[in-house]
Amino acid sequence: MSEEFVPKIIAFACNWCSYAGADLAGVGRMQYPPSIRLIRLMCSGMLVPSYILKAFEKGADGVLVTG
Amino acid sequence: MTNNKIGAVMTVGGGIGGVQASLDLAESGFRVYLIDEKPCIGGVMAQLDKTFPTNDCSACIFSPKLQTLAQNPNIEILAYSKIEGIEGESGNFTVKVRRKARYVDAEKCTSCGACAQKCPTKVPNEYNFGHDLRKAIYKDYAQGIPSVYTIDTTNCRVFNGKKCGVCAKVCPAGAIDYEQQDIIEEINVGAVVMAPGYELFNTAHVSEFGHGRMPNVVTNLEMERILSASGPFGGVVTRPSDGKHPKKVAWIQCVASRDRRKGMPHCSSVCCMASIKEAVIAREHDSSIEPTIFYMDIRAYGKDFDKYYEKAKNEGGVRFVRSMISRIVEDPITRDLEITYVDENNKLQTELFDLVVLAVGIKPTESAIETSRILDISLDDQNFCTTTTFDPVQTSKPGIFVAGAFQAPKDIPQTVMEASAAAGAAMSMLVDQRNTLTIKKELPPERDITGESPRIGVFVCRCGINIAQTVDVPGVVDIIKDLPGVAYAGENLFTCSQDTQVQIKQIIKDHNLNRIIVASCTPRTHLPLFQETAREAGLNKYLVEMANIREHCSWVHMSEKELATMKAVDLIRMAIARTSKLEQVQDQQLPMVPSGLVIGGGVAGMTAALNLADQGFDVHLLESTDKLGGNAWRLFHTLKGEKIRPYLERLLEKIENEKRINVYFKAKIEDVSGFIGAFKTKISQPEKESLVIDHGVTIIATGAHEWKPDVYGYGSDPRIKTQLEFAKALDAKEPDALNANTTVFIQCVGSRCDERPWCSKVCCNHSIMDSIAIKEANPSARVFVLYRDIRTFGLNEPYYEKARRLGVIFARFDAENPPSVEVSSKINVRFKDKVLGGEMTVSADNVVLAAAIIPDEYNKELSRLYKISTNEDGYFLEAHMKLRPVDFATDGVYLAGLAHYPKPLDETVAQAVAAGAHAAQSLARGFVEAPGMVSVVDAFLCRGCGRCVDVCPFHAPELVEVSAGVFKSQINPALCKGCGACAVACPTGAAAIRHFKDYQITDMIDEAIA
Repeated sequence: MSEEFVPKIIAFACNWCSYAGADLAGVGRMQYPPSIRLIRLMCSGMLVPSYILKAFEKGADGVLVTG
Repeated sequence: MTNNKIGAVMTVGGGIGGVQASLDLAESGFRVYLIDEKPCIGGVMAQLDKTFPTNDCSACIFSPKLQTLAQNPNIEILAYSKIEGIEGESGNFTVKVRRKARYVDAEKCTSCGACAQKCPTKVPNEYNFGHDLRKAIYKDYAQGIPSVYTIDTTNCRVFNGKKCGVCAKVCPAGAIDYEQQDIIEEINVGAVVMAPGYELFNTAHVSEFGHGRMPNVVTNLEMERILSASGPFGGVVTRPSDGKHPKKVAWIQCVASRDRRKGMPHCSSVCCMASIKEAVIAREHDSSIEPTIFYMDIRAYGKDFDKYYEKAKNEGGVRFVRSMISRIVEDPITRDLEITYVDENNKLQTELFDLVVLAVGIKPTESAIETSRILDISLDDQNFCTTTTFDPVQTSKPGIFVAGAFQAPKDIPQTVMEASAAAGAAMSMLVDQRNTLTIKKELPPERDITGESPRIGVFVCRCGINIAQTVDVPGVVDIIKDLPGVAYAGENLFTCSQDTQVQIKQIIKDHNLNRIIVASCTPRTHLPLFQETAREAGLNKYLVEMANIREHCSWVHMSEKELATMKAVDLIRMAIARTSKLEQVQDQQLPMVPSGLVIGGGVAGMTAALNLADQGFDVHLLESTDKLGGNAWRLFHTLKGEKIRPYLERLLEKIENEKRINVYFKAKIEDVSGFIGAFKTKISQPEKESLVIDHGVTIIATGAHEWKPDVYGYGSDPRIKTQLEFAKALDAKEPDALNANTTVFIQCVGSRCDERPWCSKVCCNHSIMDSIAIKEANPSARVFVLYRDIRTFGLNEPYYEKARRLGVIFARFDAENPPSVEVSSKINVRFKDKVLGGEMTVSADNVVLAAAIIPDEYNKELSRLYKISTNEDGYFLEAHMKLRPVDFATDGVYLAGLAHYPKPLDETVAQAVAAGAHAAQSLARGFVEAPGMVSVVDAFLCRGCGRCVDVCPFHAPELVEVSAGVFKSQINPALCKGCGACAVACPTGAAAIRHFKDYQITDMIDEAIA
């Protein structure tokens, strides 16, 4: 039997909103899979499209852009 | 006032008012003691779900302010404390404060929540109005500040002689102290700002609405918690009796407001908009909800409020029924609620609702009344703090100021304005004590690490058991200590504790570290602390990075310990990759020209100019006409009966005598360049040479005008006047005006229509003031006020009541069926009376038109010159409608008076002092602080295409011609906010954000998927 597929996700989060949202998820002990890696940006406006491509190139199964 | 003044201020109340006043004062060089009786600050605003009219999430916009406050070294938060006495006088008070025992050591508590998890005692949670439970050791809300738990001794087993002590056992920090005692402290301050907020009227005294007896009847504030994602039902709209989703929801307005029998004759000002907002938001949560709002008048009198109301009515699916509700009947089985009302056709209707929300009237808190007695400041009949129109933040006692709903019911932006105004008044009083009590740290020189290979220290935090119970901390340290670039790795029980800071500094020295990583909690709260520690050890603060292994790891993967540990290692490896590439960045200080330019010489401009001058800065005051005073020359009385002309003359005299203020009459702005700290404004005056004024800040106070109506026969007959024209005739006691047999006032002339969709805010009050004057002079006169909604908000309501008592006849019309005016020997005004149902004709001697207030055409030109915005109506657009009502998004430019939105005189004065205070805050700093984390353009790579200029919302990049025909982008660090939009838009890679350069991010991506 094959192992269950767990997607590796890279998330880019704005320091002022969605990063704070992820903090609140922690404070509220909301459980989610540990296969997500979050990268803090000062604004989602500083996200260069190539970061997304790079994440996929490195093997990410999904990229989450939040802001 | 004493000569021995103190450069500190006490702010009373931890809601938005107290928080804003504290921030303004601390940023301007004063020490602040913020006192609040609750265990956590935040007040009502922290409890709200959303805010009108922008539907911003209240917590999201307020939390950053609370965070900034908590991190300011010059603000001491005295939560869970109360004032017990005051001595001394204006400029030098000694305040006796009782700091109540929390039975938790605030220095040790890390707010991990282990105590509350294990506490066996559950009690109703008052923060959510009893709709859920909390423990006997608790914190009001997750983001609460101070971040400390408190034992509720009424319910705690230990304090009730029972065996327990569980919290003390489980607290990893040893913070529980059952023996703690109250502390009495004496605090020396120069001024006090009262901002204690409000509470709801006790609903036990409006038992006909069943609140407290009927579970499905809730108050407005309960509804906020019900709607809130952090509320008792997780944001799912829920009926308390059975947990079902309500479908039919009613809001009942004016429950214990506008009701003298309940001792609440005032209008509570905020409920109409709050109810509309809740109805709209409830439908956003669940579109099957059918909201109905029962009301007497919709008082949508603020900026963009009417648009919000119209949208809710026409597109938002909210039903509005104009009917006063007298009681609610509950079905004892289903708990459904029956409401009987009179519909628009005067028919009695009965309808069932699943949930009813009461817009309960607001009043001063009992504890604020008690504190006022201690402070000896006077209160009015309803216990609101007494002030005057001309000095709206000054209490009856010198040195004690007031802001917010304790002065009169009001919304958040008005509270924020007053808070800044109260701070501004305190600043100008204590100006010579600026910076005498504030803390300024002496720091060692920074060590230059350029060229050194990375020697990273990694401090992994156990956070008591918060991290360590899920993440194998020693295991993590073991893996990372051997990674390239890591010179030190170790674990700490609490990395944020004071003794650990001392250790970190020692370790930086011992291991010659040149970068550090703290793997613990969120950088949003803790990065400044570790940056300070590193800086004290001689490292540039931008060489510190954090890995969030608590909020983003141990707390969210509690049952997957192995994977959480692996993730923690990954997060630290990502941080190492980034940290290896970090560079030293210097924050910059740019020069500030210590003077202000005020545009507009009306009350707003003069007041702002005087405040700036009082605070020791030179002011250039531009006036487009040959006379200061603006609209105030055309106003004679306030609703309260205060005379405006003597006030205006005093103001002119002060300006005349103030050496620091230079007035330029008939001034015209030719050109503007520069930015905060270094504006250059070129002006011209007739018969004078044009000159260039250098100024650090700019205040826009250009006012607005009364519209010249093209309706109701205006202009065809002198007996048809606008409100301002009629006010002049009344003041001159012209017999035709004062003693006329019949006067008809027509409201909303050119306001609240498609062309001008705003409420002009002052006109209802003005017409009522004039109708009272006529009736008092001549009781047999017939006075009619034809209106759409009477908007005598706040403490103005009793004047509406007075006018009715004097026999003024109020008749309502619909926008679709306005009155008609026909001139003959008399002026015949024809309207449809809603109560009698028939057409009426009144033969009037005078008709007074409440003409709209319209923005100045010149606003468009000013908006181009100073790079500021106007809204679609032509009024200037502030930086944030709720929390920054006197600032523009463009730094160094501030706003006051009618140029912002129509408002009465007291609000204009408050906003003007607030604008002065904010402008002075920038000037007092003496320099423009430009954080190092801004964009920088590599001139070699830049090809001058200007895309950065196009995308930047802050006007920071500029194309400069460096040689003939060659343009390069240059970033103004004073304007750049570091958002990085330019870096993304730049096609050549010339623009980059310091500290967030491409390689500092992409190297993290590499590690994230390793």
